[in-house]
Amino acid sequence: MTKKVHLDHAHLLHLLKAMIRIRHFEAKCVELYQAQKILGFLHLYDGEEAVSVGVMEALTQDDAVIATYREHGQALSRGVDPKCLMAEMMGKLNGCCRGRGGSMHFFDRARRFYGGNAIVGGGLPLALGVALADKMQRRSAVTACFFGEGAVDEGEFHETLNLAKLWRLPILFVCENNLYSMGMAVERAEADIDFVHKASGYRVAGEKVDGMDVVAVESAARNAVDRIRSESDPYFLECRTYRLRAHSMFDAQLYRSKDEVEAWRKKGPIVRFQTWLEANRLIKPEELATIEQDVDKEIAAAVAFAEAGPLEPVSELERFVTMEEVPS
Amino acid sequence: MNAPQATAASTRLTYREACKQALREALLSDPRVFLMGEDIGRYGGCYAVTKGLLEEFGEERIRDTPLSESAFVGAGVGAAMAGMRPIVEIMTVNFSLLALDQILNNAVTIPHMSGGQFAIPLVIRMATGGGRRVAAQHSRSLEGWYAHIPGLRVLTPATVEDARFMLKGALADPNPVIIFEHVMLYNMEGDFPSDMKEVDIARAKVRRAGRDVSLITYGGSLFKALQAADALAAEGIDAEVVDLRVLRPLDTKTILNSVARTRRCVIIDEGWRSGSISAEVGMRLAEEAFFELDAPLRRVCSREAPIPYAAHLEDACLPQAATIVIVARELVRPS
Ligand SMILES: Cc1ncc(C[n+]2csc(CCOP(=O)(O)OP(=O)(O)O)c2C)c(N)n1
Repeated sequence: MTKKVHLDHAHLLHLLKAMIRIRHFEAKCVELYQAQKILGFLHLYDGEEAVSVGVMEALTQDDAVIATYREHGQALSRGVDPKCLMAEMMGKLNGCCRGRGGSMHFFDRARRFYGGNAIVGGGLPLALGVALADKMQRRSAVTACFFGEGAVDEGEFHETLNLAKLWRLPILFVCENNLYSMGMAVERAEADIDFVHKASGYRVAGEKVDGMDVVAVESAARNAVDRIRSESDPYFLECRTYRLRAHSMFDAQLYRSKDEVEAWRKKGPIVRFQTWLEANRLIKPEELATIEQDVDKEIAAAVAFAEAGPLEPVSELERFVTMEEVPS
Repeated sequence: MNAPQATAASTRLTYREACKQALREALLSDPRVFLMGEDIGRYGGCYAVTKGLLEEFGEERIRDTPLSESAFVGAGVGAAMAGMRPIVEIMTVNFSLLALDQILNNAVTIPHMSGGQFAIPLVIRMATGGGRRVAAQHSRSLEGWYAHIPGLRVLTPATVEDARFMLKGALADPNPVIIFEHVMLYNMEGDFPSDMKEVDIARAKVRRAGRDVSLITYGGSLFKALQAADALAAEGIDAEVVDLRVLRPLDTKTILNSVARTRRCVIIDEGWRSGSISAEVGMRLAEEAFFELDAPLRRVCSREAPIPYAAHLEDACLPQAATIVIVARELVRPS
């Protein structure tokens, strides 16, 4: 049943690079945060890169994405320009939202990236609407809707799954189960920790996938998207993953042990994929070096772009509170 | 209501029928328009506003939803972002609280927070207000809360012509619009000129001109204010009645002009007094018309309690024409 991903050499390097890009982008964000050039909340995706990278491989440019508030990885792997993202992090006018959204609220209309959403669960109903609009306009697009396992406890999850199935909307539900919502361990939050089972309660088909394995995620996502398109039905992917860093920069992580985190770090998606590539001689050391250099160059350019970016004039503060027209 | 002068060519409708015709016109004129809400299809709408539309337009465009206020309002937001023109019905404002997150955190926030990349051309209709003896959980008037939110347009059609034509203006607005229909108005009949095609959704309207005191109100209270004005006229007090029509953005100019003429003002609002839209109107007058006033500003609001079931208690809770008369008389002829 599992569809094989076409694992040619270029594709393998592409996957690795996409994950490294997220990791390095975020490492730079931490630096800039410490230098107080990035403010507010900063939620890192460290450990979860394989999820968004794998899923985005299955989407075309016509498909739509609804993101979470932990969406640096989702935005980067969707192909949003790192320059605009970095500028957004720094609150600059040349950011993807003119500095009004920040880390938790990236939007990119051109990439059908319908936003990070800092209300846990708040994006799920939006996915219904986007998918419904596509269906009513006879487009064959799929909407990928990302959310953490914490969102599953909100009523909106249940309302949304029910409607998605009832109306047979082309939605790929991507549950990023990283085992914690802030300090709440999944077993302490859920009467039933099997999320695929929960989805099946709404007769939404789904499967669990190892979210630390980028190839497994891509393969599952490709199958899911094919199935969504051919059967015109939603599908649910539970990606088992782990958040290797604190919930945000304000989290002392009192709720879990260092040993637990260390054990997971060894299973991290980048280290695991890279080690596998190396063990099978699928990557040369110089190729790895090139990837890292390219990514770092890209990020340096993004930082320069952001640093040089102007600030939105305060006189524009109230612009777009009400829109003059619907952008076409 | 004081029937507007029936001209040779005038159309007579109930408020309910006017709402329905507005929806029909919207569905006929734009294929991107669709309706979504609880029991709007098979059942015909809990106030029978959408009766017959399912048969005419089919299930794709007249979408019955399960009891999922947050999901279907949020779906309206998403559909608006992706090119549709959804009209979402929430049975009553009381249940809109379950969708408040989608309205406040998404519908009105995304245009600004995305730096203008997305507009949300969404229309939400809901019934509001008391008077039907259905107790607190079905009788609230929370439109003033919604008027607190920047980015929304809040409309309160009180007349049949507004019920007929405000929707068209709302759909032409690229921003989320909430239309509050007062439950006591659905059976009301009224006239408007047959050649009427639209109404202005930016301005308040003087529904009765007068010299002695301005009665400023909206929605279901308009007819109580007009009734009070008739009673006051019998005593020789000439009251002007201003229908706010749009609670956000407020048309301060029309209010100021009226008060500049009458120099006295009573605000009538079915919401609770504390922190209400009447508080906003009063404060704007205090800021901008203080020196025009010959008497203190006064208000007639709902009593500060959940609306009770028993008829005598409900009547006592809601603004009534008799109270308006007393308060206005005191202002014009202080004892
Ligand atoms: C509705 C809502 N409640 C609470 C919060 C505060 N909060 C922010 S993130 C978070 C945990 C979310 O966990 P999960 O959905 O699993 O995502 P993860 O952090 O694991 O990526 C909470 C409780 C919020 N943002 N929204």
